[in-house]
Amino acid sequence: MSADTPPAAAQPKPITKALNCPGCGAPITLRALGQALSVVCESCHAILDAKDPNLKILQSFRKITSSDPPLIPLGTRGKIRGNDYEVIGFERRSITVDDIGYRWHEYVLFNPYKGFRYLTEYQGHWNDVAVCKEQPIVDSRLRIPLEANYLGEVYKHFQTADATTELVLGEFPWQVAVGEHAQLTDLICPPRVLSMERVSGEMTWTIGEYMYGREIWNAFRLSGNPPDAVGVYENQPSSFTTNVKQVWIAFALFALLILALMAGFEIQANSQPVFHAGYQLNQGEPRGESSFVTDTFELTGRTASVEVSTSADVSNNWIYVNYALINQDTGQAWDFGREVSFYSGYDSDGSWSEGGQHDSVVVPSVPPGHYYLRIEPEADALHPRIVYTLDVKRNVPVYEFYGIGVVALLLPPIFITWRSMIFERSRWSESDHPPNPIFNINTSSEDDD
Amino acid sequence: MNSVEGCVLVTKPVSNCPNCGAKIVFQWSSSVQTVCEYCKSVLVRTDVDLKKIGEVADLPPDISPIQINTEGRYGDRSFVVIGRIAYEYEQGGWNEWHLAMNDGSSGWLSDAQEEYAVTFRSAQPDLPSSSQLQPGQQFSWSGQSYILTVLTKAHYRGVQGELPFVYWDKTDVLFADLRTATKKFATLDYSDPQPVLYLGEFVEFEDLKMKNLRQFEGWS
Repeated sequence: MSADTPPAAAQPKPITKALNCPGCGAPITLRALGQALSVVCESCHAILDAKDPNLKILQSFRKITSSDPPLIPLGTRGKIRGNDYEVIGFERRSITVDDIGYRWHEYVLFNPYKGFRYLTEYQGHWNDVAVCKEQPIVDSRLRIPLEANYLGEVYKHFQTADATTELVLGEFPWQVAVGEHAQLTDLICPPRVLSMERVSGEMTWTIGEYMYGREIWNAFRLSGNPPDAVGVYENQPSSFTTNVKQVWIAFALFALLILALMAGFEIQANSQPVFHAGYQLNQGEPRGESSFVTDTFELTGRTASVEVSTSADVSNNWIYVNYALINQDTGQAWDFGREVSFYSGYDSDGSWSEGGQHDSVVVPSVPPGHYYLRIEPEADALHPRIVYTLDVKRNVPVYEFYGIGVVALLLPPIFITWRSMIFERSRWSESDHPPNPIFNINTSSEDDD
Repeated sequence: MNSVEGCVLVTKPVSNCPNCGAKIVFQWSSSVQTVCEYCKSVLVRTDVDLKKIGEVADLPPDISPIQINTEGRYGDRSFVVIGRIAYEYEQGGWNEWHLAMNDGSSGWLSDAQEEYAVTFRSAQPDLPSSSQLQPGQQFSWSGQSYILTVLTKAHYRGVQGELPFVYWDKTDVLFADLRTATKKFATLDYSDPQPVLYLGEFVEFEDLKMKNLRQFEGWS
């Protein structure tokens, strides 16, 4: 301070200014006086030089904006990231990819202390955008980077396109012009998007973060409902993707629990032998009508598994045994058939064998009581004498249930992984790097026929 | 005169404007130039006297929230804004606010498009000449690599308050902005035949904890 006087009284300084459009005379309010470079007359759409006290007309355009009004009206204030911002500008831009035009909207937000911020909206998908203070690290040899590292995170190239400004309204901190072209490159790391904008040699990096329409509506206290989001947007966070890791962690935890249970029951399972007997099926003995029952044996303890093992001295033949485990006290029966077959021989590849001389099966959840087995063996009409033995054990470890449990547990993570994959495919299908189709339909071969 | 808390100000050199006689108090003992608030004379300190070397026009209206006498903190140092140089370029205007740090040094706070950066003059050998500059070039100073992002041809608009050097009556001035993968930032200033390097970083408005800011109607 160069004079011995108190500083000027701290009068709040107005930052809005009411002016008139030199083109049509309509009133114009400058909301970011001194910071805006261009202002667009809302009534005649002349683009005016906001720095010029006379608001020189820079460009006139005849687009009808009433058909595409800003969803957040100019002058609306809202809280973004804890700071108040006022919507001062609105533009519509478009890109053309494969002859299809894509249009989106951009809103200029202003706070006299914090400066500018932007919102973009495409088919109900919103992004909160700010100019990067840190320079993203890219391979400087490439004109279009395929990857960028920004604040330690890797962003993958999504799309590069030529954007055209179609329609402007309100104030802008740059010299805005309808018809202006910019090369836009988006690199994504959902929920963030890193954008590189090249306009006549100048390059600007911005960082955006995905926002839901509902958040925007709440921030600006807008009435009604935000437009529904259509499809999957480039940096839209996938609830499936974020859950994939967690769900697999949960799966791993449950699988460990199952393993622990298994180990616990394994220790308890004592595989106590309760019955043993040997039988034989004489050569050529007719099939059927030869069923017999075993002696009664007792199954003690709690309801538990019972293992029935069949061993037979089969060699290049088979025996099929129909079993019925019958509770003498209640009459409850478990019917099951087991086959023991063993084949072996020699061929050009050497010796081979198939099957085995032993089979066992576990009958789960058998209550305690007195039991016997009804046995009905079957074999080939021309079978030799077959000697077979039967072993019954109580309380054997059952691994199948754990297996079923693990498979059941696998279903949600597989489902979520699959959904996530579908989501990511849907995201990338709109990019410059669309994924290959899952089912490769080869149409060219049909042309040859 | 409101005092500057935390500033090491042993004596505030006092003098009178040779043009209009108004009292001139230097806040910072190393200031070389100041502008008389009343008659807008640009005054340069000699050993004892002030010499009028010119006049500045009124500065264009702007809405920077910073003003002369704004106080704040940068790291563990406090500062007070004692002067500024105002520039204009095709994307608008910005100020280089001259900061008197409480350790006696001098710093700069720029407010281009309300992106704030604090820089300090850095003596480095072999600075590139303006004709050698090209966006994309890499430089390394004090172990940090910088990439030249923007060349700005700025138009000098005026000065206010105290400056650590004589600076006025410029026309077009070239600046080169250099950025890094972090918030670190550098500017090459080609106002004078010898380029001057300023090293610093982008800062968040809140982090400077500034007081005595301008008040804006309808905003708090």
